[in-house]
Amino acid sequence: MSGIPEHEPRWVDTAISRLLRTGVVASMAVVFLGLVLTFVHHPQYVRSTSALGRLTDAGAVYPQAIGAVLAQVRQGRGQAIVMLGLLLLIATPVARVAFSILAFALERDRLYAAITTVVLLLLFLSFVLGAAG
Amino acid sequence: MTPLSFVLLVAAISFVAGLLGSLLGLGGGMIVVPALTLLLGIDIRLAIGASIISVIATSSGAAAAYVRDRLANLRVAMFLELGTTAGAITGAWIAGLLHPRWLFVLFGTILGYSAVAMLRPRPRDVVRHHGETRLAHRLRLHSSYFDDAQGHEVVYEPARPILGLGLMYVAGIVSGLLGIGSGALKVPAMDLAMELPIKVSTATSNFMIGVTAAASAGLYFARGQIDPFVAAPVAIGVLLGAFVGSKLLSRLGRRTLRVTFVIVLIAVSVQMLFRGIRG
Repeated sequence: MSGIPEHEPRWVDTAISRLLRTGVVASMAVVFLGLVLTFVHHPQYVRSTSALGRLTDAGAVYPQAIGAVLAQVRQGRGQAIVMLGLLLLIATPVARVAFSILAFALERDRLYAAITTVVLLLLFLSFVLGAAG
Repeated sequence: MTPLSFVLLVAAISFVAGLLGSLLGLGGGMIVVPALTLLLGIDIRLAIGASIISVIATSSGAAAAYVRDRLANLRVAMFLELGTTAGAITGAWIAGLLHPRWLFVLFGTILGYSAVAMLRPRPRDVVRHHGETRLAHRLRLHSSYFDDAQGHEVVYEPARPILGLGLMYVAGIVSGLLGIGSGALKVPAMDLAMELPIKVSTATSNFMIGVTAAASAGLYFARGQIDPFVAAPVAIGVLLGAFVGSKLLSRLGRRTLRVTFVIVLIAVSVQMLFRGIRG
């Protein structure tokens, strides 16, 4: 053991901390906005009890691809905006990993840039696998 | 129930789950999934999808603070995330093949284990002298942190990185299967197998949980298990609950209170098991 503690430079810690916090706050705000819009667009969801089963059934159909979500967001659909917010939240740790690759590369740490790239590829693989299955 | 009252009720239940999860150090997912399925009769696949989303929110929020305080070891985290993400994808994939009844059985089992594990006394940091492993050295996993209680910098070097990676793969599978952070498995793997200081294990585990959860969330999303009417109130509720919990400084240290919760959690885990067996 070299005895010299090895730390990531301070700026990496600060940047990652900010990235995570911003991602969580921003995505939750989008989710909340989408939820409010859903109830504004569908006043019957506030009064009627008949729609609930259809909305929360395991067979309920919501956009399952990023393209479909974005297309419906453009139409101003509240539920699609909720999904967009949830996708932004899922993207937050992914962005953290992508940023880490950059940080390791800037520090000329090839080994960790490579390890982190593999983790990022695994994260993309999960979306591909889900879409395929 | 109208969709609006449903959303508000789910948010309220999730708030309590997030609060309790944070106070008990269990994580919101462990409590929110049984609450949604047993109390509201929500399909367990949708409950798990919603839970994994809330796990990303709470762990990313908590990790932001740990990284700033430099307790999380980023190299250890990146290295072990190779295992947790691969495991999470495996787990989420297997979950799609299983009958929902099996999910109840598995969830009940893991919840029971985590509840009992809460009774174990918290491990204390002892200075351990182990043989240095060459791989850990090559991976430059050693680091240091400033310990407030001891008032000085603590230098450490992890042991057995390959064993740690294997255990993380298992923890990832459990996380992907059940939509929980599975910190109850990650922390012992780092603490016992890799001999990391407990503070570093806890912080690094929290840091990894978000990435692990994102790996399975991708699969869940693409498979249609993320229902906005369930996932949105769960994510907001659990996050707010966990935030309030972290501000309540008097952590549930009193043993009697802890024991009470453990008994409740064991009762819940038995109910989950029954639900799975009876169908």
